[in-house]
Amino acid sequence: MKIKRNIALSDTGFVFNPSSGDSFSTNPIGMEIIKMLKENKSKEEIKKQILTVYMTDEATFEKDFYDFGNMLTKLNLMETPEVKK
Amino acid sequence: MKKKLQKITIAVTGLNAIDSPGPGIAVIRAVRESKNFNVRIIGLSYETLEPGIYMHDLVDKTYQIPFPSSGTESLLSRLQYINSIEKIDVLIPNFDAELFSFIKLEKTLRKEMGIKMFLPTQEQFEARHKVNLEAYGKKHGIKVPHGKKIFSINEIPSLRNEFSYPVVVKGQFYDAAVAYTPEQVATHFNKISAKWGLPIIIQQHIYGSELNVTAIGDGKGNTIGAVPMRKQYITDKGKAWAGISIDDEKLMKTTQKLLKSTKWRGGLELELIKTSDGDYYLLEINPRFPAWVYLAVGCGQNHPEALVNLALGKAVKPFKIYDIGKMFIRYSFDMIVELSEFEKISTLGEL
Repeated sequence: MKIKRNIALSDTGFVFNPSSGDSFSTNPIGMEIIKMLKENKSKEEIKKQILTVYMTDEATFEKDFYDFGNMLTKLNLMETPEVKK
Repeated sequence: MKKKLQKITIAVTGLNAIDSPGPGIAVIRAVRESKNFNVRIIGLSYETLEPGIYMHDLVDKTYQIPFPSSGTESLLSRLQYINSIEKIDVLIPNFDAELFSFIKLEKTLRKEMGIKMFLPTQEQFEARHKVNLEAYGKKHGIKVPHGKKIFSINEIPSLRNEFSYPVVVKGQFYDAAVAYTPEQVATHFNKISAKWGLPIIIQQHIYGSELNVTAIGDGKGNTIGAVPMRKQYITDKGKAWAGISIDDEKLMKTTQKLLKSTKWRGGLELELIKTSDGDYYLLEINPRFPAWVYLAVGCGQNHPEALVNLALGKAVKPFKIYDIGKMFIRYSFDMIVELSEFEKISTLGEL
């Protein structure tokens, strides 16, 4: 799961995609996850960090992380694998 | 020591800063921000209610000029009169519909009156015309939606054989509307042809996000500057009310390739659609700066100033970078105008 390299994230949770001009707002946890994705952290590393800081369990993390990833993909913020035409 | 600025008189058309604005006011703001010129702006207007006529902080004096339909002779004689008073150095036409006349007069204006312009050649102007766009795209290696010119509503039923609905119905100079049925095509045909004449262009509608590029070519194949923008807020006339500069390498390469291949001379606007597959379709080439050209200035590329320099025969270095994520937001503003000013432009044709 790789976020696009050029995605900009501000301290207030404002996400900007310079390729499309789209912008979004995210909450502090979303911001934290995007920040870790930008640092190329793996899902396991992100899980470890979230479970340490927040009162949540592994199953909830898995579900929410999956949903969040899907949302980022739909919003065109994730790298898409090259498809041979 | 302060740098001495070159005094220069620039005439500009397109003062209609209305809901579907002409580029004149944006061009004037850009050249007024030049660090090399001290400009006097002469507005050239067609109608008495063009807001720019009354914007005295931007336009020093305005003269009415005849509509393009009056022919080049009457335009020439009016420009001779204006130039005898104002000594114009550079003229920047900003309307598609008037460009043909100005291109035709370019040599005469330069030789006889010393007025310089930096316009596309007549061949460049004709080749990118909406009615020729498909062939143009093929020639220069850019995808263009399938299009067809029609001259009568009798041709509408057979469009089904070539197009799948929706289609875009376009006027030869301005106006475009999406039609989902043959009946809607007929309605738009009548409305647009009544205003802009025939033919009407039918173009296959392409789904995707609408991107625009303002650019300037030096006529030798070099791109002097280019800034891509995505519309963020669109008016009911399809005009951008807000937009943002974007980072799109493929689009920039496409622009540079087109300017190189066509050896485009002057300002232009590219209108494209980017599909979800990442393909770019060229919808239109406007042979002049767009009304949002001031965004390019905000992004660090003063295209109108570069055009003035090119018109004056000066060497202009291509812009290499621009700011990404800069936005423009248009606004409307009610000016209070004395009746005496309206009277002056209406009766004397100058203000």
